[in-house]
Amino acid sequence: MSQADLAVVETAAVRPNPLWSLGLLRSELVTTFRRWRTLVLLGVLAAVPILVGVSVRIETRGGGQAGRGGGEGPAFIAEVTNNGLFLVFTALAATLPFFLPMAVGVVAGDAVAGEADAGTLRYLLVAPAGRTRLLLAKYATTMAFCLVATLVVAASALAVGALLFPLGDLTTISGTRISFADGLGRALLIALVVAVSLAGIAALGLFVSTLTNSGIAAMATTVGLLITVQILDQIPQLHALQPYFFSHYWLSFADLMRDPVYWDDLVKNLELQALYTAVFGSAAWARFTTRDITA
Amino acid sequence: MAPYESDDSTGAAQADDELRAELRTERRRKAARYVVPVAVVGVAAATIGLVPALADSGDPNLPKITAQELIDKIAKSDVQQLSGTVKVSTDLGLPDLGGLESSLLSGATQGSGDGSSADPTSKLTELASGTHTLRVAADGPEKQKVSVLESGAEYSLIHNGTDVWGYDSKSNEVYHSTAADSGKAEQHETPATPKDFADEVLKSVDDTTSVTVDGTAQVAGRDAYRLVIKPKQSGTTVGAISIAVDAKTGTPLKFTLTPSSGGAAVVDAGYTQVSFAKPAASTFDFTPPKGAKVTEGDKAGKDSKTDGSDKGGKASETPGHGSAKGLDKSGFDVLGKDWNSIAVLDTGSKAGLPTGSASGGGDLSGFLGSLGDPVSGKFGKGTVFSTRLINALITDNGKVYVGAVDKAALLKAANAG
Repeated sequence: MSQADLAVVETAAVRPNPLWSLGLLRSELVTTFRRWRTLVLLGVLAAVPILVGVSVRIETRGGGQAGRGGGEGPAFIAEVTNNGLFLVFTALAATLPFFLPMAVGVVAGDAVAGEADAGTLRYLLVAPAGRTRLLLAKYATTMAFCLVATLVVAASALAVGALLFPLGDLTTISGTRISFADGLGRALLIALVVAVSLAGIAALGLFVSTLTNSGIAAMATTVGLLITVQILDQIPQLHALQPYFFSHYWLSFADLMRDPVYWDDLVKNLELQALYTAVFGSAAWARFTTRDITA
Repeated sequence: MAPYESDDSTGAAQADDELRAELRTERRRKAARYVVPVAVVGVAAATIGLVPALADSGDPNLPKITAQELIDKIAKSDVQQLSGTVKVSTDLGLPDLGGLESSLLSGATQGSGDGSSADPTSKLTELASGTHTLRVAADGPEKQKVSVLESGAEYSLIHNGTDVWGYDSKSNEVYHSTAADSGKAEQHETPATPKDFADEVLKSVDDTTSVTVDGTAQVAGRDAYRLVIKPKQSGTTVGAISIAVDAKTGTPLKFTLTPSSGGAAVVDAGYTQVSFAKPAASTFDFTPPKGAKVTEGDKAGKDSKTDGSDKGGKASETPGHGSAKGLDKSGFDVLGKDWNSIAVLDTGSKAGLPTGSASGGGDLSGFLGSLGDPVSGKFGKGTVFSTRLINALITDNGKVYVGAVDKAALLKAANAG
C-alpha cells in the first residue's frame, strides 16, 4: 500500500460518513433480529403471558377468584379475571425479575464477545466506522431488543387477555376508575418504562462483553451478575446498599397504576438506569477503544 | 563486521527506546480513558451526597410566635381541602419477629372480624410497625381518603358521604359500611396523618407539660413552626414530642415522638408532599370492581365497636394514641395521672400471660415469656415486657399494668396496687 493510500484510509477512519452509523445500526439490527437465538428468546417471552393467562383461566373456571388467600403471586393477578388488560401488567411483573433481563443479558453479552468469538470482530472494524460508533450501534441494538422484547410480552398478554377474559373500564389500584383507552395508554407507558428499566443491565452486559473474547463467558457473567444482585436485593441487612442495585426499583412501574401516579420511585428508577448506562457505557467505551483486537 | 554490529546495536537500542516511549504514552492514553467511568461514578456519588445538603437551605425566617398563639392557630385551622403524601415510621423497639409479629396481629384481628383482608381494622394495625407511605386526600367533612402504598398494590379507605369503602387491590377485596359515624370512628381509630397525632397530644396538654416553640423548620417545602411538648414529670418514657405546624394554614405537617431513652424517634409521621388545593372529585368515587369480593361491614362495624375495648388495649401499643385516654374510655382502672398514667387490667386468670391463654396456645405463652424479664415484688411474681415507649407488667395473678412509663414506675404501681 502506498503512502497516499494509507492517508486516505486514515482520514476515512478519523472522519467517517455520518450515514455509516445508520447503515451500521441497520446491519446490526438485521443480524441480531434474524438470529434464531433471538427469535427463540422472543418466543419464550411471548409464551409466558399465555401460560399465566391459561392457568388463571383454568383455576377460576368454577367461578372462583384468582389470588385468593392473601394475594400471593405476581402483582395484579387478582384483577386478571375481571379485566384482561391486567394480564399485561401481571405478565410484565412476572417476566421483569428474571426472563426479560436474562434475554437482554444474552443479547448484550453476545454483542462484542460473540463477534470476537466468531472471528468477525476485526472484519467489522475494517469498515471505516470506528470503534466508538460500532459500540454505540451495538448498544442501540441491545436497547432495541429491550423494547421489542417488552412489547412482545405486552402484546402477547393483551391478545391472551382479550381472548380469555372480558375487557372494559378498569379500576386502578387506588380504587378509582379509568376508561379502557386510558388503561391501554397506561399499559403502553408501562411497557416503555419496563424497556427503559433494562437499560442498566444492557450497559452492564455490553461492558462485560468487551472484557472477553468468549461469548458464552460474557452471557454467563451477565446473567450471573443479575441473579447475584437479585439475591442481594432480598437480604435485609444490605438495605443501605439496595437503593443502588439496578434491579431495586424495577417493580416501581406498578406505581403508574395508582391514581394520581406516584412518581417518586419511578423517577429514582430512571435516574438509576441513566447512572448505570453512563458508568458501564463509558467503561465499555474505555475498554473497547483501547484493547487489542486479535480475533 | 564489528563496526556494523556496534552500529546495528546502537540503532536497535535507539529504536527500542523510541518504541518503549511510544508504548508508554500509548498506555497512558489508554489508561486515561478509564478516567471517564471513574469520573461518572465520582460525580454521581458527589451528587447523592451533596444535593440533599444543598437543598437543605436552612430554617426559614418567620415572625416570632408564642406557644399559646401557635396552639390557637392549630385549633382555628380550618383546612378542608388537602392532599399529600405522608411517610410514617414507627420504631417501637419490639423484638424483631419478622412475619410472626404481623401474623399474630392479623390473627388477633381476624379472629374477631370476618377475615376479609379489606377490613380496615386489620389493615391499619399493620401501620403500627415499620415505615409506610400513605396518601391522604380530604375535601370537607364528607369526603376523605387514606391509601397505604404497598409494592405493586394499595389499600384505600374512602369515606364519601354515607359510604365507607375499604379496597385492597392485592386481593381485590372490598369492605363496605354505610353508617357515616361508624366510618368516622374507624378513621380515627388509628391516627395516620400528622394532624391526627397532634390532636391526640394537644388534648392532653396541661400543667404537667411544657409547651414551647422551638424555632422553625421546612417540611414538604413549606415553612413551619416547631412546637415542642415535653412532659415535666419524671418516670415517663416519652422524651419529647415535636410538631411542625404550617405557618400559613396552621396544619400540623410533621409529628415526631422521641423516647426519653434517646435514639431514633419512636413515631415519625410527616408530609413529604402536601397541597391545599381541592382534590379531584373522582378521587373519592368508588364502585367495587367487577368480580371483587365485597364484605358488607354493617354487622362487622358493630363487632368492631364491641371489640373497641379490645382495640383500646392494643391501641396502647399504637403510639401517640393518647395511651391513657384510650384506656380510660374502655373502663380500665387508671393509676397515676397524665404522662405517668398506668392502665390496670385484671384478667382474673391465673395463667399469668393472658395473651397466651386467649389464643389457647401454651407454646405461645412460653414463647412470649421468653421475651420478657421476670420480676418480683410485693405483688408476687411477674414479667415485664419492654418496648422503647410502652412497658407492660403482667403479674402471675393475672393483673396487667401498661403505660408509657419506665420499669421502676411500673413496679412501684404494682407494689402499691
